[in-house]
Amino acid sequence: MSATLTATSGIADAPANRPEYKVTFARVVRSEWSKFLSLRSTWITLAVAALLLVGIGIMGAYRYDPSALRGPSADAHDAVTIALRSTELAQLALGVLGVLATAGEYTTGLIRSTLAAVPKRLPVLGAKVLVYFGVVIVVATVGAFLSFLGGEPFLHGKAIALTLSSSGVLRCLFGAGLYLALIAVLGAALGMLVRSVAGGISLLVVLLMLLPVFLDILPSSWKPDVSPYLPGLEGGAGGSIIALHQGSGTLSPGAGLAVLCAWVVAALIGAAYRLLRSDS
Amino acid sequence: MIEIQHLVKRYGDKTAVDDLHFTVKPGVVTGFLGPNGAGKSTTMRMILGLDAPTSGSVTVNGKRYAQHAAPLQEVGALLEARSIHPGRSAYNHLHALALTHGIPRRRVDEVIELTGLGKVAKKRAGAFSLGMGQRLGIAAALLGDPQTIMLDEPVNGLDPEGVLWIRTLLTNLAEQGRTVFVSSHLMSEMALTATNLVIIGRGRLMADTTVADFIDQAGGDSVKVVSADSARLREVLLGPDVTVTGEAGSETLAVSGLSARQIGQAAADAGIAVFELTPQAVSLEEAFMTLTGDTVEYRSNAGSASQTGAPEGSVAA
Ligand SMILES: Nc1ncnc2c1ncn2[C@@H]1O[C@H](COP(=O)(O)OP(=O)(O)OP(=O)(O)O)[C@@H](O)[C@H]1O
Ligand SMILES: [Mg+2]
Repeated sequence: MSATLTATSGIADAPANRPEYKVTFARVVRSEWSKFLSLRSTWITLAVAALLLVGIGIMGAYRYDPSALRGPSADAHDAVTIALRSTELAQLALGVLGVLATAGEYTTGLIRSTLAAVPKRLPVLGAKVLVYFGVVIVVATVGAFLSFLGGEPFLHGKAIALTLSSSGVLRCLFGAGLYLALIAVLGAALGMLVRSVAGGISLLVVLLMLLPVFLDILPSSWKPDVSPYLPGLEGGAGGSIIALHQGSGTLSPGAGLAVLCAWVVAALIGAAYRLLRSDS
Repeated sequence: MIEIQHLVKRYGDKTAVDDLHFTVKPGVVTGFLGPNGAGKSTTMRMILGLDAPTSGSVTVNGKRYAQHAAPLQEVGALLEARSIHPGRSAYNHLHALALTHGIPRRRVDEVIELTGLGKVAKKRAGAFSLGMGQRLGIAAALLGDPQTIMLDEPVNGLDPEGVLWIRTLLTNLAEQGRTVFVSSHLMSEMALTATNLVIIGRGRLMADTTVADFIDQAGGDSVKVVSADSARLREVLLGPDVTVTGEAGSETLAVSGLSARQIGQAAADAGIAVFELTPQAVSLEEAFMTLTGDTVEYRSNAGSASQTGAPEGSVAA
């Protein structure tokens, strides 16, 4: 009791000799990095994504049976496809990670503290994008390589076996890391746009997984024209980035990356607009 | 120094803040009073730039809040709604805020110590009690050692020791020459801590005054005296700064400007028997309600249940 009361007198030195504080972008990045490190939920989500990526990839290689007509690897034509099949699930975990980074601040109310410290606002979005892109590209790239390398011994000697030095393999593995990092950023942008975790996740699932299904019920002539320009994996821009061989009607890896980046940038512009314009 | 000029905020067709115009000066505690829904929290959010004014402007220490290079060093604020992530510890929350400004870890430890959070600083903030959460908010407000401190209902949820602590804190901060702006619905609480008062109702400015003037206008403190000869006692007591009121022929007088002790002594010296001598504190709460009475948004309707014929003791839907 008395401890807290006497402490009040030590509150502060006279306002005259004040230290020089200043908000800089580098400091906002450091703050967002510290926020990222200090939440258990981000670690769990990241670990789940990494486990899915590596575990399912290796399991696919272990269970591969060239004579199977059904099953997990029935339509796999190469070892990269098997290793990266897990991207489909990992993208959800990493997209959710991105949504939580931004929408989570609104649902908890933390955003008011954050914006009181950084009232110019845009640096907060920029710093979050940098931190999450940086973390996810490292984790996802390492995961993609582990998935491929871990599955390699099981496929050894089989027709579809590939090594890191096979043509196009490195491009696919790095592509998967880049794709997943961009999806995390997309999630962060959508989360800031709708300011709700549930809303952000729904929007992400619609964009990545439901739109391709939805295309199936439209006139069949539309699908080939629209599908390659969707952000997701199934026939979309993401698929072009991580597939070893481009299917007919899909984009080249470079064009696929450009299309995905356009989606991410569009979402970021929407997020920045809402961040600057709406009350918090 | 907070300068608010013709500030208006509308949410849809609801006007939450209606042409507010006042200045909060450094060196004293300024109380910000108003009934529920008067617009206090909305005004404070606009001061921080969290909500954009519909029209008008607000500056802190001469600039818009967002224009400052180190905003946390200009204004430290405790907002009404919790502004923390429940999964992060108090320490990590404060540290993340400190990092944006280059505020050293040492200062984080200092404010934790200062607000009495030492024992729980490493625990998840989501598990904090109302009072602990409030202390964490105050710790965040003090983090940048700000020139201006703005607290939205700081005593909310604090125990008596905490309330006392807040009073001492606010007074100390003002004595150091800082601007201290504190909202409350309790006039009696503000009368103890504040020097200046800004009173609003339905978003409009009702009074921009001092606690002393407010008490004076409310009738000041007086003493009720019942005596054998009120006419003669009146003569005895009257003097500069002393007012005596009472009906002719009544034994009762109301005296202001003298203490009960002085009155008793004067009566004894004059040989007048005194039957009753009672100090009457003005009810600041009543004066406050009279002032804002017409503007109360959410009036409680006592007895409405019996009017609508509902059986006694039934729970209103
Ligand atoms: N984001 C918002 N959207 C719509 N209306 C709002 C919003 N924020 C506040 N209001 C309305 O504005 C008015 C003022 O609210 P405010 O919270 O500022 O009052 P207050 O003086 O802080 O009240 P209290 O003493 O209950 O905390 C209320 O009628 C409230 O319903
Ligand atoms: Mg309020």
